[in-house]
Amino acid sequence: MGIQNFDYLRPSDLSAARDAYTEAGEARYLAGGQTLIPVMKQRLAQPVAVVDLAGIAELSGISIEGNAIVIGAMTRHAVVAASPDVRRLIPALAHLAGQIGDPQVRNRGTMGGSLANNDPSADYPAAVLGLGATVLTDAREIPADEFFDGLFTTALQEGEIIRAVKFPVPERAGYVKFSHPASRFALVGVMVSKSAGGVRVAATGAGQGGVFRVAEMEAALAKNFSAAALDGISVSPDDIIADMHAPAAYRAQLIAVLARRAVQEALK
Amino acid sequence: MPHISLTVNGTPHRLDVPPNALLVDVLRDTLALTGTHIGCDTSQCGACTVHIDGRSAKSCTMLAVQADGVQVTTIEGLSQGTVLHPMQEAFRNNHGLQCGFCTPGMIMAAVALVDTIPQLDEAAVRHGLEGNLCRCTGYQNIVAAVLEGAQAMGQNAKVGG
Repeated sequence: MGIQNFDYLRPSDLSAARDAYTEAGEARYLAGGQTLIPVMKQRLAQPVAVVDLAGIAELSGISIEGNAIVIGAMTRHAVVAASPDVRRLIPALAHLAGQIGDPQVRNRGTMGGSLANNDPSADYPAAVLGLGATVLTDAREIPADEFFDGLFTTALQEGEIIRAVKFPVPERAGYVKFSHPASRFALVGVMVSKSAGGVRVAATGAGQGGVFRVAEMEAALAKNFSAAALDGISVSPDDIIADMHAPAAYRAQLIAVLARRAVQEALK
Repeated sequence: MPHISLTVNGTPHRLDVPPNALLVDVLRDTLALTGTHIGCDTSQCGACTVHIDGRSAKSCTMLAVQADGVQVTTIEGLSQGTVLHPMQEAFRNNHGLQCGFCTPGMIMAAVALVDTIPQLDEAAVRHGLEGNLCRCTGYQNIVAAVLEGAQAMGQNAKVGG
């Protein structure tokens, strides 16, 4: 059957991209294409125009700004995983990027594309929420706590483009995921971080509304940042995903187990 | 129709491609490079793996228009005339194939893996081949082949490790 035909546009700056998107009507932005292209092949998305962001140079690259790392939206997962700056300052983020999908996906997929898609089992949402990052768009700055808005839904307005993501450097952080053995998506993944702003625990792959913070664990870790501090804390399976791969109680238990392991990773 | 310029196995091409054409279809149907296989066509099996500027990618999950300006290497571009690439030779030596359908993608993924990771061991090979499926489940010999191929490509890989 193949992909329904569409107009292909490759603007070289952000405002031209926004204009192209608006003028086209039913348009989609193309980043790395590792989700959009399969979805278009299945005809679950049939845009009349595809606006490729690959021609916009300012969207790629990694820089250090004060006590933060700013990662361009079109930066590929493999580049994040291999970045000496990311590995030195936020090794948990480099580790997370190196566990996404498979090498071919990591060579094409981008941080901005993953975040705009907000798949409930994707890894990057856990990084952004668990590290308290800020999503920088062509219009504004969106704190992580306001960015994720349910399954495949974000605070992005129609046509708004993610430029970059700003990750404050934490004192410590750890990410552990239980990969689905076929898809390598997170059956559950937990990012834990400790910084001057406090402790964050974010779980992906589990919430019926997508990535979420685990407040009870954060409070316990704020008092005592150790795996033992999480003893006795469980997660209710009420709002947890249940599907053919794992029931809700299994995923809820995985959050508790992986959070402990993530704390241990953070303390290494 | 969009116009693209790309280099495939060292040969420059200028092509008009429909926006909805996949790179794998252009390689196979337009350029007759049928060594790149379409297995699942759903981004999972890796049989269509090629190199884009030296990095592995699934050519069924890339539009041909996205390949404008890049260097593509396919399985046909690895050997030097009749002399097999060391990774191809290692697959032959280790019987790293059964039916052979996944083999072009496995070899392309393996060569990119060796180029990316300096010290491969068995665990790194298995992690690095997560994007490639062998439905014959011939993974043992594939892993052995990749380790031997890595060594033949000049790496100090731990063969049999």
